[in-house]
Amino acid sequence: MSRTFLGLPRTLRRPDDVAAGPDEPFGAVPHPQAPLRWGDAFPEAARQTLKNGQLRRNLGHATQVIRAKRAAVVSEVPDWEALRDAGSALKERVMAELPELLAELEENVTARGGVVHWARDAAEANRIVAEIAKAKGADEVVKVKSMATQEIGLNEHLAAEGVAAIETDLAELIVQLADDMPSHILVPAIHRNRTEIRDIFLARMGDAPPDLSDVPRELAMAARAHLRRKFLSAKVAVSGANFGVASTGTLAVVESEGNGRMCLTLPETLVTVMGIEKLVPSFEDLEVFLQLLPRSSTGERMNPYTSLWTGVTPGDGPSEFHLILLDNGRTDVLADTVGRAALHCIRCSACLNVCPVYERVGGHAYGSVYPGPIGAILTPQLTASTGGVSGHHDVNAALPYASTLCGACYDVCPVKIDIPSILVDLRAREVDADRSRRGVDPWAAAMKAASWVMSDGGRFGLAGRVATLGHALGGRDGVIRVAPPPASAWTRSRDLPAPPSQTFRQWWAKEHGRPADEGDDE
Amino acid sequence: MSDARTEVLSRVRAALGRPGAGTTPAGLIGAAPRDVIVPREYRGAGEHPAGSPEVREQLVDRLVDYKAHVQQVAEADLPAAVATLLSSLSEEGQVTVVVPHGLDKAWLAGMGDGVEVREDSPAAPLPASELDAADAVLTAARVACSETGTIVLDGEPDQGRRAISLVPDVHVCVVRAEQVVQTVPEAVRRLGAYPERPQTWISGPSATSDIELDRVEGVHGPRTLHVLLVPPS
Ligand code: SF4
Repeated sequence: MSRTFLGLPRTLRRPDDVAAGPDEPFGAVPHPQAPLRWGDAFPEAARQTLKNGQLRRNLGHATQVIRAKRAAVVSEVPDWEALRDAGSALKERVMAELPELLAELEENVTARGGVVHWARDAAEANRIVAEIAKAKGADEVVKVKSMATQEIGLNEHLAAEGVAAIETDLAELIVQLADDMPSHILVPAIHRNRTEIRDIFLARMGDAPPDLSDVPRELAMAARAHLRRKFLSAKVAVSGANFGVASTGTLAVVESEGNGRMCLTLPETLVTVMGIEKLVPSFEDLEVFLQLLPRSSTGERMNPYTSLWTGVTPGDGPSEFHLILLDNGRTDVLADTVGRAALHCIRCSACLNVCPVYERVGGHAYGSVYPGPIGAILTPQLTASTGGVSGHHDVNAALPYASTLCGACYDVCPVKIDIPSILVDLRAREVDADRSRRGVDPWAAAMKAASWVMSDGGRFGLAGRVATLGHALGGRDGVIRVAPPPASAWTRSRDLPAPPSQTFRQWWAKEHGRPADEGDDE
Repeated sequence: MSDARTEVLSRVRAALGRPGAGTTPAGLIGAAPRDVIVPREYRGAGEHPAGSPEVREQLVDRLVDYKAHVQQVAEADLPAAVATLLSSLSEEGQVTVVVPHGLDKAWLAGMGDGVEVREDSPAAPLPASELDAADAVLTAARVACSETGTIVLDGEPDQGRRAISLVPDVHVCVVRAEQVVQTVPEAVRRLGAYPERPQTWISGPSATSDIELDRVEGVHGPRTLHVLLVPPS
């Protein structure tokens, strides 16, 4: 019961969609056994995806668009840094007071007519959702895009129980129709361009107009028509939550298309699956996160729709509301004083969009529903109880090496998660675990890091920050005893003086108010 | 179920180094976190007062940027503006509009014969299929935020059930000048007076960025948003 659920081995098709032909080009990634651990270890998976030129062009284009939009709307906020400071501290406070805040949330949701469930792991959460759907006699549920339900493999579990889960977010719909896996936490079909999406709709969406073009507006209209009937007739909806307010029991879903509003409003029964870290202490704290999230994620001043609800409102919306509070490895993350900051993540995806590694290898190479920089620190920790951070035998232990440590992710993170430092810390933990298990094999681990960083000159230039990060690991006397790889191979036998707290480039940026070189970020 | 609750909470306590038996699933006991003071250096309010010409101008600018339609209409001219707007929705001149039961009836006084008004209330809700068949919905609002171009509905009788402002394809929303604040914190603090009310924050018509991260207006929510902004009388 206490182990992180690894998912079910099956592919999944929606019942009313057209059957796939034998040689369709979709579904490069069938639904894997484990939403948090699939495929080859990162270095090998990345070698494979790097060969896909189309993928790289699609991603390069999309991330460039979103980086420019984000930079524009962030630069017009005069107090952006103050908001980041508040957001970061609020999340730190949530973690420190988590037992009390969870109890407070539960009490307030219950007082307003909601039912609160607790789930130790994915299997338990899946079972609760399936039981509710079956008790309502539903053979179909409509779903709002949610990372928590991706993480637990809910759709696959419901299918095994005879309940079809209908994804209603456009990108999730594309992924579901293609029998694919998401490759981005905000735009799961970011690896598909408009022409591929048109082809997927034509092949798999039974009611797609035969003369459908690849104009995005037409594609969106086809999805609208396809899902309308589902929304109007659904009995049960399943959602995630972006925020849960402890002091009031209010939940928030941030979205764009209105599919979220449809799911949260029209069905009689709503089931929300929320990670235990998604809390904010009080209603007023939303004023911080509802500024940080939209600008960081879709690069808009505000997303088109945000829904807030508190338990059940008689006469308006669902008459039955269930909230499932999910652990599934989060308490293992919380137990690490450095790594617990990964739980501050508000899933904006800005770190993916600026990451030079993500942009080149794509989301599938990370072998988890959480790709990119946040995935590289979150996935291994979430799977800690099944070996995620403990050495060569686990593919997830390679994820902290999926980075150049350039620091762009930290700069854009709206809640200031120091991803590079956590990556370095996780690398050190993995090396330590290896050492205690099978004796010292420092060069293998060091080379694992070096191979990605040093395999081209551009990447090597970006790696300057790694040396500075070593400083954080230095003791009071400024001497590093166990440095991050690749230097760790050397510190096994001798102490290394700690490098200065700034690199030359950082010093230059501070002195001159701008970077010495133009990185990948705005 | 209470088993899971007890176990999750005891794992959380173990992760935070609190006294008690138990560990996390990976067998860990964490260290206690430091005390955190939350800095609130960000702007709690903008430089312009609610309803001022500056915030109204900014709201219009942001809404237009989202491809919403905006008119500034004096209170006395609202009935005529509502009537003209609604009848323009159909070439045949036959229009069905849904209104919440607590809407100011004066706004409907100018309506011609071609407009059928359907009233919705929590006690007598219109079924979703009827909302789907309606051409438009007309509501009031609770608060608007100019910096982000956001209008918030909170389900009170002049705004209605959440479904009515969602299913019809055109949303006509009347916003009064004094409801317009500049910043998100000002809006949240007004809304925080009744946090339990179901809220819908609306920033333009429904949209998606899911295809190549390009924004396309009009998906599942209303594809057209008309805002009638009423200046101070
Ligand atoms: S780690 Fe930060 S930047 Fe990355 S998704 Fe989470 S909140 Fe956004």
